[in-house]
Amino acid sequence: MPEFLNELLSGNDIFVGSTIMEYWGGLVTTVQLVFLSLILGLILAVPLAIMRTSKNPLINFPVWLYTYLFRGTPLLIQLYIIYYGIAQIHGIQQTFWWDIFREAFYPALLAFTLNTAAYTTEIIRGAIVATPNGEIEAGKAYGMSWALRMRRIILPSAARRAVQAYSNEVIFMLHASAIASVVTLVDLTGAARNIYSRFYAPFDAFIFVALIYMVLTFALVFTFRKLENHLLRHQRPVSN
Amino acid sequence: MLDLKGYGPALLDGAVVTIELAFLSLTLALILGLVGASAKLSGSRVAVAIATSYTTLIRGVPDLVMMLLFYYGGQVMVNNLSDMIYNSYGYDFFFQFDPFISGVVTIGLIFGAYMTETFRGAFLAVESGQIEAARAYGFSRFHTFRRIILPQMLRHALPGLGNNWQVLLKTTALVSIIGLTDMVRVAEEAAKAERMPFHFFIPVAFVYLSLTACSELFIRWLDKRANVGVVRGN
Repeated sequence: MPEFLNELLSGNDIFVGSTIMEYWGGLVTTVQLVFLSLILGLILAVPLAIMRTSKNPLINFPVWLYTYLFRGTPLLIQLYIIYYGIAQIHGIQQTFWWDIFREAFYPALLAFTLNTAAYTTEIIRGAIVATPNGEIEAGKAYGMSWALRMRRIILPSAARRAVQAYSNEVIFMLHASAIASVVTLVDLTGAARNIYSRFYAPFDAFIFVALIYMVLTFALVFTFRKLENHLLRHQRPVSN
Repeated sequence: MLDLKGYGPALLDGAVVTIELAFLSLTLALILGLVGASAKLSGSRVAVAIATSYTTLIRGVPDLVMMLLFYYGGQVMVNNLSDMIYNSYGYDFFFQFDPFISGVVTIGLIFGAYMTETFRGAFLAVESGQIEAARAYGFSRFHTFRRIILPQMLRHALPGLGNNWQVLLKTTALVSIIGLTDMVRVAEEAAKAERMPFHFFIPVAFVYLSLTACSELFIRWLDKRANVGVVRGN
């Protein structure tokens, strides 16, 4: 613990070094959880979104069902099903998977990834569907194959359109990650709940953590706005 | 047939709690949203500042954190208030800030902020010529609002309102964390006691799914009704 922090906190009953470190640990868990689930969710979502736009019902329907189920039910229930359910899978306790899923982190990561992948799939699908037909026709006229069109024309153009909705999803995920604290994970909210129960000081414990979340949220909003400005540079109105 | 091991009635009661909670918080959210949107568009600097900080604050904080704050902090606040009243007026009152109330207050406050944005957009979508015409006919401000702006803006607000409602419905699951015996809470207890998580959570998930599906149909019907006068291009 740095010296200046100790001095800053002297005369403070609740926010002593150990409490700050607990919040710090929570922050690390939250950031890991949200970051990993967003990355994995995005990796899953791109192929799923392409499948979702397929005209073949055998490809389209399963993806639709997946997104419908995961978007239509609360994340909390999905988390409970995965967290409590994995231990009940017959014979899992003898395999190496048990070493992974015994900790609460991985069931939570799995639930969050599947949830965010479902929402992201629909966001990307919407952006793909909105691709102007002229762009696709131009690609075809140049003799581009389907894969090349997807890679060079449709996906880059869809990515631009998806950014704004995706930034909302990222913030939603950050906020939704607070429920990780109900499956014994000590994330930011978990740390706040521990500190609340130790000092019986609801306002100090929760308002402090709310401020941390707020800083994270606005940092994300700012970053995404920068990214959006960067990606949509060509559409910026000409300033005089 | 699905065997709920005697937890059926409790689950049903929980479902009723969920629905009650959802409708009460929706009511609160609609009121807050209307007030917030009016404040944002009022042009008064104080009102705009208050409404803006309200929506910004809510959007920065996770719903669960806010719920925990209200649940644990709400009772302390009420107790302090009742102490103060007792000390200065000698009037003794006690008010239990239970999980249901903290759930309604939190969810109402959160979705009030989202409704504010939805309604603000919808108010702005009403053509200014309509309002000017009403003013020219000598309608008072309130009269203009009730007869001209409100009916027209509802049509624009409906899609956003529907989305907010779907999210709100799913957010009600969080109240199980602060100890309210809603559907999720009952399912959790049953799943732990019987060691059958899939058996209890999957039916509850399907109740949520059917609730969202029904509301989607209802909103689509409302939207169709609200847009009867509008000719859509192809």
